[in-house]
Amino acid sequence: MIFWKLFYTFCKIGIFNFGGGYAMISLIQNEVVVKNGWLSANEFADIIAISQMTPGPLGINVATYSGYTAVLNAGYDPWLGVLGAGIASFSLLLLPMLFILLTCKFLQKHKEHPLVKSILSVLRPTVIGLIAASAILLITPDTFGSMSENPIQLVASVLIFAGIFVGAYHFKKSPILLLLISGIVGLILYL
Amino acid sequence: MRELLSLFWSFFKIGTFTIGGGYAMIPLMEREIVDRHHWLERDDFLDVMALSQALPGIFAANMATQVGYRLRGTLGAVVAVLGNILMPITLILLIAVFFRKMSGNHIVESIFMGVRPAVVALIAAPVFTLAKSAGLTWRNLWIPVLAALLIWLLGVSPVWVVCAAIVGGWVYGKWRQRKEGRE
Repeated sequence: MIFWKLFYTFCKIGIFNFGGGYAMISLIQNEVVVKNGWLSANEFADIIAISQMTPGPLGINVATYSGYTAVLNAGYDPWLGVLGAGIASFSLLLLPMLFILLTCKFLQKHKEHPLVKSILSVLRPTVIGLIAASAILLITPDTFGSMSENPIQLVASVLIFAGIFVGAYHFKKSPILLLLISGIVGLILYL
Repeated sequence: MRELLSLFWSFFKIGTFTIGGGYAMIPLMEREIVDRHHWLERDDFLDVMALSQALPGIFAANMATQVGYRLRGTLGAVVAVLGNILMPITLILLIAVFFRKMSGNHIVESIFMGVRPAVVALIAAPVFTLAKSAGLTWRNLWIPVLAALLIWLLGVSPVWVVCAAIVGGWVYGKWRQRKEGRE
């Protein structure tokens, strides 16, 4: 049953997400694309792009969109897709919220505890690895093009990747601006 | 009741007017929570922020949960989180409905053929920008490299990688405590 699976999957993603939206991409990708095949690599990349351009936390946006699309791809009505979207984002929030509400007072007191600090000192670098993995996993023949079938798309994709990376890392340009530019480049190249 | 409403309205604004994820919300949150409503002192706000980053879950929702809870208990937490996500969820659902109808459209497909490699670049950039704040040095560089290789090449779920990091950090902390105790 896809709704139960959505609930269980996004509960898991919520409680194991440390380190912000980009780290969550790795968890969602693993569950939604790799394990359950609810979305293709292309659809997943599109969702991230759209989530970056709309307001709200990245994780919530990706969960909402994934829930809707997963239910539709499983062959249900759009109305049930809305239910799927609701379940996905609700489950994503559920466990972290319960955790905070149950431990709120305790946490305030113990956040300087040396054990908490040393756990975080290992978790933070690990999260960097998670983000790197999700970027690598998104480089597929679908998203970038392939040498044998469409070498021109592959070359163009690598150039777009390099340009946008420099724009984001070196010039600190906003993701929205960079996505708009890449969309216009796509329109000029492929239309 | 009035306080609940203004809590909802504040987080509704925070959720609606910040594009680009949780951390982009910080300046607006600070203005609403500290400067405008004086719900928290500035150093309290920084404490809540640090805790929200350290805890599992979504940063913005963790902020909303804690601020709401401090003001009006559990109900306050729920109201703040709902306010925060209402607009984003509605918008993304509308887009999902229309975007699926347009997929297969040649114009839309051309745009997204350009956008997809850009998305990969946008995810790759924080790997390097976050390295500093995550305390990454040559000595612990093996941690992210190992994590990425496990997920990418061996198909290990990131859930297990996170679990291993928590256990590893705990063992490391215990070991350090014992070493300090002996000295």
